[in-house]
Amino acid sequence: MTDPTSYKAGLWRFVPATVQAILFGFFCTYLAPVSGGQIFDYVYPWVPALGIEAAFRVDALSLLFALLITGIGAICFLYAASYFEADRRLKRLLTLMSLFAAAMLGLVLADDAITLFVAWEMTTLTSFLLVGFDHQKERARYSAQQALLITGIGGLALMAGLILMGEAAGTYRISEMGDLTNAPMYLVILLFIFIGAFTKSAQFPFHFWLPGAMAAPTPVSAYLHSATMVKAGVYLIARLSPQLGGTDIWIWTLTLVGAATMVVASFWALRQTDLKLMLAWTTLMGLGALMMGLGGGSYYAVGGALTFIVVHAFYKAALFLTVGLLDKGAGTREADQLSGLRRAMPRAFIIAMLAGASMAGLPPFVGFIGKELIYEGALQSPVQGIFAATASLIASALMIAAAGMVAIGPFFGEQKSPKEAPKDPSPLMWVGPGLLAVGGLLLGLFPQGLDALITQMTQTVRGEYGAPEVKLWHGVNTALFLSLLTFALGALFYRYLRAIQGSLIIEERRVPDSDRVYDILLNAMKNTAAWTARTVQDGRMMSYLRVTFITLGLMVWAAIFAGEGQVATLELDIPLFHWVIVAITAACTITILFTGSRLIAIAALGGVGAAIAVIFVLYSAIDVAMTQLLVEILIVAFVAIAFIKLPRAGTGALRIGDAIVASVLGLGVTFGMLAVQGADIALDVTEFFEQASYPEAAGRNVVNVILVDFRALDTLGEVAVVVIAGIAALAALRAGKRIKE
Amino acid sequence: METVLAMLTGLLVAAGAYLMLSGNLVRYILGLALLSNAANLVIFGAGRLTKANPPLIPEGMKEPLEGAANALPQALILTAIVIGFGLFCFALALAYRAYYALGTARMDSMRIAEPREDS
Amino acid sequence: MNSSLILRTGTRALVPVFLLVAILVLLRGHNEPGGGFIGGLLAAICVALYEKAFGVDEARRWLRLPPMTIAGIGLAAALLGGLWGVVEHGMFLTGVWPLYEYGPDGWTGWPVGSVLLFDTGVFLVVVGVVAAILFALEEAGIPEDRPEDGEEHS
Repeated sequence: MTDPTSYKAGLWRFVPATVQAILFGFFCTYLAPVSGGQIFDYVYPWVPALGIEAAFRVDALSLLFALLITGIGAICFLYAASYFEADRRLKRLLTLMSLFAAAMLGLVLADDAITLFVAWEMTTLTSFLLVGFDHQKERARYSAQQALLITGIGGLALMAGLILMGEAAGTYRISEMGDLTNAPMYLVILLFIFIGAFTKSAQFPFHFWLPGAMAAPTPVSAYLHSATMVKAGVYLIARLSPQLGGTDIWIWTLTLVGAATMVVASFWALRQTDLKLMLAWTTLMGLGALMMGLGGGSYYAVGGALTFIVVHAFYKAALFLTVGLLDKGAGTREADQLSGLRRAMPRAFIIAMLAGASMAGLPPFVGFIGKELIYEGALQSPVQGIFAATASLIASALMIAAAGMVAIGPFFGEQKSPKEAPKDPSPLMWVGPGLLAVGGLLLGLFPQGLDALITQMTQTVRGEYGAPEVKLWHGVNTALFLSLLTFALGALFYRYLRAIQGSLIIEERRVPDSDRVYDILLNAMKNTAAWTARTVQDGRMMSYLRVTFITLGLMVWAAIFAGEGQVATLELDIPLFHWVIVAITAACTITILFTGSRLIAIAALGGVGAAIAVIFVLYSAIDVAMTQLLVEILIVAFVAIAFIKLPRAGTGALRIGDAIVASVLGLGVTFGMLAVQGADIALDVTEFFEQASYPEAAGRNVVNVILVDFRALDTLGEVAVVVIAGIAALAALRAGKRIKE
Repeated sequence: METVLAMLTGLLVAAGAYLMLSGNLVRYILGLALLSNAANLVIFGAGRLTKANPPLIPEGMKEPLEGAANALPQALILTAIVIGFGLFCFALALAYRAYYALGTARMDSMRIAEPREDS
Repeated sequence: MNSSLILRTGTRALVPVFLLVAILVLLRGHNEPGGGFIGGLLAAICVALYEKAFGVDEARRWLRLPPMTIAGIGLAAALLGGLWGVVEHGMFLTGVWPLYEYGPDGWTGWPVGSVLLFDTGVFLVVVGVVAAILFALEEAGIPEDRPEDGEEHS
């Protein structure tokens, strides 16, 4: 970004939006058959050896998500193309967002657990890159890392959960897994899946990364962190409901976690002054409501939750983009600095009103239907109904106040904004959110379009027939009364918004929040890592060498104790000459240990080698003996040349610790060899070599035939290693100057 | 002889390890030489010791005599000796180079890769 | 050179004999104890002896080719021996004996072929690498000011 004013992106910037629109159209063609109950499977082999397939399935649930991803994707890509049209980073932004869109599509369409996991991780990674888009800013880097760590940990848990599911079911095709609630590992599976879903969908107490992720550019926040990616956890829970759902622990965990997220988030939403952050907290509220609804299990609860996915995607993406309009057009997102803009920015105003009304759940917007269904579902839930209904009531009322903050606050009253002449940005920017806002109204007026799809989805999730009717007027019932109560409470909350904000700001300092816990844990982890590195890797070569030998010793002894063979019977009855040779070897070895003279040490080393050569001769290894003897001559010659150029060895004091380490290792080798000799020996390979050596390889020296024919590849590798060792030694010997004086 | 060979090998390993732990480059190299000899003896012992006949096929026969020594470990050791020799040469060159470049043969003073934190 | 007259004279007489033995050991290695490794080590000892008697420069001239070139030729020969098997039998490193026949009387004819080429490669690698390291070790300078533990020079 040398000079942002001079840059204007070319027409290519509309390509990604077009691609998304085409994909949206493509998925629309599935709408009719899928609403009629058809399911499309596409299976390609991927890693056949492990039973992993690239399996995809278009059913009502995945189709709805695919439509949201591509539809809202098209709008957000279009918006981004003009939001960043004077920014050289647009290419990077659109590339990353396109990658994300592909990954997200893969996630919702996948029918193979491993495919799903890979796509899931791809969304985590692209989200990390997009949150850290402004990587020059420390805050963005911090938030990106936080989002990555939280969702990454969730991803690991998800992988464990999916693998356990696959093993329990005997297949990795999700649609073929069947009911796993009686699987022996059910609770463990559930724990892992929940951690995966709750971290991704920012459920309490993992919720804090989502407001942090608002460091991303506005189109990204609208797309990833409100409409699509954060719903992946919800999608997962919905997708796995037939396999894992219906148990008490399922119902209660989802209800409690969802309700806690919902209530906590809607309170903190009111505390925010940055409208984008405020929307992020209301997104958390929506996600909590979805989790709670899916946990409810009744067809109203599930249907309500699934309807709410659509509802939420429409109004929340529209509002996020509207906040972007305010930011561009009026110069800030701070609620305090904006008011009375309805004449200056009429289009933003209309969009905000429409979307805000849907968010508040006013009739005849689709938000009203969503809220009604959630109430209905809460009331119908067998046990936790009252609890869920109360939580929904509080959260929805607070949501009305929040909707007021974004839809009323900036537009009414005296005109005020940081920019001198606030005005609507170009049509390319407001047409997308406008479509979403109007769509929210149309879906509310004509909910029949949604009805068939929701029915199919509810059936997919619940695995049995029966779904709520998606319509505007459900008659006079408890849900309607709850709605009226919500409106009253909401109006009250909005009226006293300032007072609530004030007390929340005071509370904020006292309430322990998980963001701080995260920081503490992260720091503790860093400190532990630093301490471990300092302790284990102290930079002293001798420490490393000691650790190596101690480990080696322990491994040898462990092998002895783990082995089945018994120690061979001791047999010391050998000819005197053999004893002499052994004694010479031992004496030379001990001489090397204790001599301070290099010359004696070299001579003794030669003695050890020669004596061992004799042992080889005595036990019929002529070739080996010859090699040993010749190599020993060369070693002695080389060492003699080299040691002249090295300092005297010196003996030093007896090092008890090292002596113990060395003795333990040496004794281990002795007993290990005795144990090996006590075990049976397999001679079939040797016998093959003996029989094939002459007729097939034309050689009478079996050892040589093994080297140059049967196992010639080993020998070839070996001579290559010798050449490499030679080159390396030459390099070391001829290298230039001293590093340090 | 197997028993005695096991004891001898243990002695070689212990002496080699002790020398390598001494912290002096020269003694380290001596230890390395002992250790590679010991490794060959381990393989040799594992293949059983035979005094009768080397693994050669006499003229006019198609297989070695009954009870010939096990050829497989011998081939392995032969390879191991030569590889060990290559490695030993490299270690020798490296030791020389380290001493020449760093001006010390004390291994604990060689800290180019991981310098002391306080310096 | 400061080596003794006896060493120099002895070397002149012995080295040809040693080299002949080394080559014989290489050739008969397939049927009797011996082979590329042992022959190569014997030849390497010849080189070392020559170097001790006449010095590095003279030894380099006597070898004619640079030692690492010899090793390289050896590696190439071993590879060629392997590739010969590919050409004849489609399998890398399978033995090929163009002049050697297996009949009821055992193998008859000339025992030359890919295996011998391979073993010669091994021989050359050993000679080359040992000579290279030996020369480099001899030529490497003694650090002039040997600090701390450098108490003595010989």
